[in-house]
Amino acid sequence: MHEIQTTIGEYISSSVLKQPKRQIRFDEPLISSGLVDSFSLVDLALFIEDKFGVHLDDTELNAQTFDTLDQLANLIQSRQSK
Amino acid sequence: MTTLSERLQSLHARIPERVAVYLQHSGKPDLPIAYRQLMCGANAYALTYQREGIRAGEVVILILQHGEDLIYSFWGAILHGAIPSIMPFLTEKLSPERYRADLSALISVTKPAAVVTYPEFENDVREALKGSDSVRSVIVTNKLASQSDPDFENISGMRRLPNDIVLLQHSSGTTGLQKGVALSHQAVFNQLDAYSRALNLDDNDVIVSWLPLYHDMGLIAGFLMPILSGVPLVLSSPFDWVRAPYRLLQSVSEYKGTLSWLPNFAYNFCAQKIRDRSLEGVDLSSWRAVINCSEPVRWESHQAFYERFKSYGLKLNALQTSYAMAENVFGVTQSDLSRPPQVEEIDREAFMSERVARLALDDRPAMKMMSSGKPLSNTRVRVLDEHGKGVAQRVIGELALQSDCMLTGYYNRADATKKAFLGGWYLTGDFGYVSNGEVFVTGRKKDMIIVGGKNIYPQDLESLTYEVPGVHAGRSVAFGIFDEAAGTEDVVIIAEVDSEDPAQQEEIAEAIRRHVTKNSAIALRYVKVVGPKWILKTSSGKIARSANKEKFLKELDAENK
Repeated sequence: MHEIQTTIGEYISSSVLKQPKRQIRFDEPLISSGLVDSFSLVDLALFIEDKFGVHLDDTELNAQTFDTLDQLANLIQSRQSK
Repeated sequence: MTTLSERLQSLHARIPERVAVYLQHSGKPDLPIAYRQLMCGANAYALTYQREGIRAGEVVILILQHGEDLIYSFWGAILHGAIPSIMPFLTEKLSPERYRADLSALISVTKPAAVVTYPEFENDVREALKGSDSVRSVIVTNKLASQSDPDFENISGMRRLPNDIVLLQHSSGTTGLQKGVALSHQAVFNQLDAYSRALNLDDNDVIVSWLPLYHDMGLIAGFLMPILSGVPLVLSSPFDWVRAPYRLLQSVSEYKGTLSWLPNFAYNFCAQKIRDRSLEGVDLSSWRAVINCSEPVRWESHQAFYERFKSYGLKLNALQTSYAMAENVFGVTQSDLSRPPQVEEIDREAFMSERVARLALDDRPAMKMMSSGKPLSNTRVRVLDEHGKGVAQRVIGELALQSDCMLTGYYNRADATKKAFLGGWYLTGDFGYVSNGEVFVTGRKKDMIIVGGKNIYPQDLESLTYEVPGVHAGRSVAFGIFDEAAGTEDVVIIAEVDSEDPAQQEEIAEAIRRHVTKNSAIALRYVKVVGPKWILKTSSGKIARSANKEKFLKELDAENK
């Protein structure tokens, strides 16, 4: 359960924020809050592709498509099951 | 002697069907805009400015995103003889309140007669206008006059004079927005003539750019120069580029692009974040210059970019440099496009303690410096000591310049204009040295932080930090530290609080991160909350940014050991 959220959360804390101890809540805004800045979005998309085999298009890298770990996990699961 | 409107008239007459701009949007087909269409779209705005009673010589602020409206409203202002100034558009991570405050700051100094924006944004603009009486009209993009060919004989832009102000450029943040660089028609053309010569710009060139138009590099090199020279421009946006950096390379390949300008970090960004599958069939052999400008230039960044893309036809000679600033319209120097920029190793100790760039002997600790090229034919560069006296070759001092394309002044800021000059020389605030005519930029006198090509005033970030509960005014310091991997600076904020409790300090750090990012749209890499008496001050009680930076770096080093 929540494996996707945890994996991506840990990635963001360690690689994007460079604060490995920082816990990210599953409903915490990532993009609209500026927590994940635009320079890190490509890295996040590449990480997701490598880890979960799901491609996110560059037009989807915005808060309208996903803004929290929960929303991101839903998006990934819906594409994996296809 | 000529003006921008006269140039537009001649382009409209000479090459109406040639494409001026290929406008790109992620997920949509490219939109080619020929000169005739460009003038028709611009004329809709010119007629709208006239309808709204805007007079020639009055300032119009454009608050629009990348797209046709931004392009047409800009050239429409030129046709009408009004003075356009492009303000960055609100981003989703910036709080609307702060954006309005920045806009109010801009308006209070610039006193524009009109603001152009989208209908959805009209209320925010009107909110920011409260308490100011200069703006007579908020023009929304869905209530324009219809498009038609301009009647060049009668438009008011044709009656502007070469020495009249043609546009304003601002840098970002509360501080930057209060200093609009005012440029004349003549200054713009003098710059374009000298800069085009340095590039050997001609009809076969194609410029590919994603740079924002509110910044000099994007506005001049990536917008005005191609359009006014009849050179096609392939124009994308920073918003799209940062999400799909490979598209820059695909566009160069597709349109046989010859020239691009990039801030230093973009070389690292492209080298690190583009996968091979996005480069299938890409051919970069048409790219004759990719010019590194607006951040300190790094040989390592060029090297990484070249290694990553050389198998796609990228030429080593294509990697070039320039030193530029809005106050000189754009370019101050340009490297010689026929060979790679000069790179040399200087003695680190002599640089630090004697302020001299002496070539390093084999066994001495050295640092690599890359030249930004020689001054343009119309620009002279001098290096001055702290008393304003010229220094010898290879001695480090403040770069000062003189040219026939200098700013008319900071708009409505005679005080700031006066302070910027010394004996007829413009003081750049940058440190550097000259050797055999080549200009090497070594750092900044001002405390400005440059992240991803964007200038950030540390005092803006410090004031925001004081707004966070638990932080007292005067007890925060902001600065940039160089990030080798990213090729640009990381922003650091240190705040002193009364509490020594780590949990409470962590909470305040988190609050600072949120508040500063929300109000400046700048991501912070390090936020360090410390107990009393950490921050170093000068004897007069002022915060010494460089001393605090050194202390921070020492502690960071110790932690990483």
